[in-house]
Amino acid sequence: MIYVSRWQTISVLLILLIGAIFAAPNFIGDSYRASLPSWVPRSTVNLGLDLQGGSYLLLEVDMPGVVKERLETIRGDIRAALRKARINYTGLDQARDSVSLRISDAAQLEAARKILKDIASPPGTFVGLGGNEYDMTDDGSGAFSLKISQAYQRQLQGQIVTQSIEVVRRRIDALGTREPTIQQQGEDRILVQVPGLKNPEELKRVLSTTAKMTFRLVDTAGNVQAAMPPQNRVPPEDELLYEQDKAGNNTQPFLVQRRVMVSGDRLEQASSGFDPRGGEPVVNFRFDTRGAREFGDVTKAAVGKPFAIVLDNKVISAPVIREPILGGQGQISGNFTAETANDLSILLNAGALPAGLTVIEERTVGAELGADSVQAGKLAAIGGLVAVIVFIVATYGLFGVFATIALAVNMVLLLAVLTGLQATLTLPGIAGMVLTMGMAVDANVLIYERIREEMHAGKTVIASIDAGFRRATATIIDTNMTHVLAAAILYAVGTGPVRGFAVTLGLGVVTSFFTAVMVTRLIVVTWMRRRRPKLLVL
Amino acid sequence: MRLLKLIPDNTKIDFVGARFIAFAIDGALLAIAMFALIFYGLNFGIDFTGGVLVEVKGTKSIDIAQMRTKIDSLRFAEAQLQYFGGGECEMPANSCVLIRVQPEMNTPASDQEVVTRIRSGLGEGFAFRRTEVVGPKVSDELKNAGILATVIAVLMIGLYVAVRFEWQYGVAAIFATGHDVFVTAGLYSLMHLDFSLSSVAALLTLAGYSVNDTVVVFDRIRENRRRYKRMGLHELINLSTNQTLTRTVLTSVTTSISIVPLLLFGGPTLFDFTAAILFGIVVGTYSSIYVASALLIYLPQINVSREETVPATGGGAARSR
Repeated sequence: MIYVSRWQTISVLLILLIGAIFAAPNFIGDSYRASLPSWVPRSTVNLGLDLQGGSYLLLEVDMPGVVKERLETIRGDIRAALRKARINYTGLDQARDSVSLRISDAAQLEAARKILKDIASPPGTFVGLGGNEYDMTDDGSGAFSLKISQAYQRQLQGQIVTQSIEVVRRRIDALGTREPTIQQQGEDRILVQVPGLKNPEELKRVLSTTAKMTFRLVDTAGNVQAAMPPQNRVPPEDELLYEQDKAGNNTQPFLVQRRVMVSGDRLEQASSGFDPRGGEPVVNFRFDTRGAREFGDVTKAAVGKPFAIVLDNKVISAPVIREPILGGQGQISGNFTAETANDLSILLNAGALPAGLTVIEERTVGAELGADSVQAGKLAAIGGLVAVIVFIVATYGLFGVFATIALAVNMVLLLAVLTGLQATLTLPGIAGMVLTMGMAVDANVLIYERIREEMHAGKTVIASIDAGFRRATATIIDTNMTHVLAAAILYAVGTGPVRGFAVTLGLGVVTSFFTAVMVTRLIVVTWMRRRRPKLLVL
Repeated sequence: MRLLKLIPDNTKIDFVGARFIAFAIDGALLAIAMFALIFYGLNFGIDFTGGVLVEVKGTKSIDIAQMRTKIDSLRFAEAQLQYFGGGECEMPANSCVLIRVQPEMNTPASDQEVVTRIRSGLGEGFAFRRTEVVGPKVSDELKNAGILATVIAVLMIGLYVAVRFEWQYGVAAIFATGHDVFVTAGLYSLMHLDFSLSSVAALLTLAGYSVNDTVVVFDRIRENRRRYKRMGLHELINLSTNQTLTRTVLTSVTTSISIVPLLLFGGPTLFDFTAAILFGIVVGTYSSIYVASALLIYLPQINVSREETVPATGGGAARSR
């Protein structure tokens, strides 16, 4: 006999009540919502970037660049160490992931081997469990090669990604955006999601600049002309760097010393402003104590000589030191616009990125498009709801009304679960909700058709309803499982909006199972008790 | 009140007997899909090709030919422009254009440069409603993930059916589901719909949907087989399909009408997605009747004697009607 126990009724009603409470904030105004006491759930459903507008950026850490830089460093170390020990070498070359050289004098082989070994696995440091930073190969006859080890690369990568996330967070915070999401993805990627951004171009500019700043002396003795193509004769202790105009074209070349006078890490604070004399945009900076002392020492020794302020291998400006700068404060006037000066001060304050970041995927949606999508989604969802209700009531009459109530409850519960879990609702997610409506009704159709069949087979009203619910439930579980499977796979492989779709589809299946089976049953049983129908119009 | 009745009670359609007609139609459908996929291929979106896509809105209607000249002068490898509609874009009409540039130098940095160049090339007066940039690495990964997801979904669904029913049903479900996915992919190809990540979502959704229908029919076949132990397979399939026909049709209709508004008002972003699902629902309904059920006839017969020794379980299967 069909029967719904008291505790079942109570638990269904309780779930509905909780659902209504969680869903409610979505329907009341923001100002009223803010005035609610703190114990009332008041968060609304989390709109995806495609609905509220914003930027989704996937950044990749330039590991090859990091490896190259490391190899350059040990190449310099090798050169210096061998020179100091007066060991002759030839062909000190750098490949993609290794440095190679040849020791010409067999008598010096043993000494060179020891030096190289110390560089390859410096005492006191270890990678993982006593591994090498570089794997050394030695053919015994003087040819050596130091290859960066897998373990060391992994360790570097871990450090760099962690540090980069910190720097990215500081930079984004400085842009004054609300609720950015910054997280590591995979081994060498960082996912940045920033909702409601006015100027996505600025965000990208700020994130794709390494902002490694150095203060170095200009080599005035060197021959700049000879260093430029086609001759390319750059003195080994110098680098050929260019100044750029506002459009990013190389203008004046400089021979800048490789040795760094003061590094950008020593900057304590930077701010953008205007030069009181010319009105040009400038960046003001202040060194920390140690930086101020270093800068003071160098400028004292090099009065009358030019020094270069280098940012990411570009000369920003190369002023001449007129007098020692002892206060640790200064001003950079490059070819700035107000915007670029502001960007630079943000970058300097947030610190340099330990490695270059490239944007490998971007999805930016403007706020207007987001609003359009919300509008379209609402219209489509309401239209779908009305269409389904009309059809189902026309087909099943009173039982169609029951199904409609269950459907309405389903939508409220789905919204409540989405809100409660703070899952993200995207435009495809709205499509998922609409599809859920169609599928939720499927469960009702299965039940009703089964009841119809049982009635045609000559059973009483009560027996038909009982058998209809019981037999259809097993089928409903089977059919719903396939949707859950598809949704789970979609969630696992999808990104962004597609994931949102998977979430609503999957959760929708769960809530619709509950409403179609439990809620409809409750309604039907209550109705039967009151009316005691002899005949079903179905 | 008279209720709407799409399908009369107690239909006795000889589905199995008419299967060769259905096979012929389906063969044609498969051939068209195959032909389209081989000769036209899929019109991959930037999710899978990589590249840059921007949607710009002007304050006035945009002269697309004029804009094309501007974009062409930027000398990208391949640039496509098309009007894009919906919402704000209708005020005034044709004020939005979608610009898509294929990747050229295979470095993501250059993709970002493309965006910058489009911005400066178009000049003032355009709002960038949407920017999508997909690097070559990401597009390769998305492509692999998409293929993997579809294959895994179809296999998992087959496995689930095989576990819940018997292996023959699982095989039939895989074929029916794979059939629907394939034919819908053919539609994408034939209609030159943009095949993106959300298209994969559409395919997976309809895979789930199609097997849903199939499971309902299979469930009934299983139940009837326990009840009418001497009934032949042909008869069994016919009976079960007829018994579930009302439900199959009603569900297809409700699901379809629930998403028609999505097609009409959901905006261009969802149009392709919705169209594919709608088409898939129709094909899926048909395939659960014909492909899945009819395949059961051609698979090795289910061992009935084993079933007889095991007492029938589940919803009162032994009860007589």
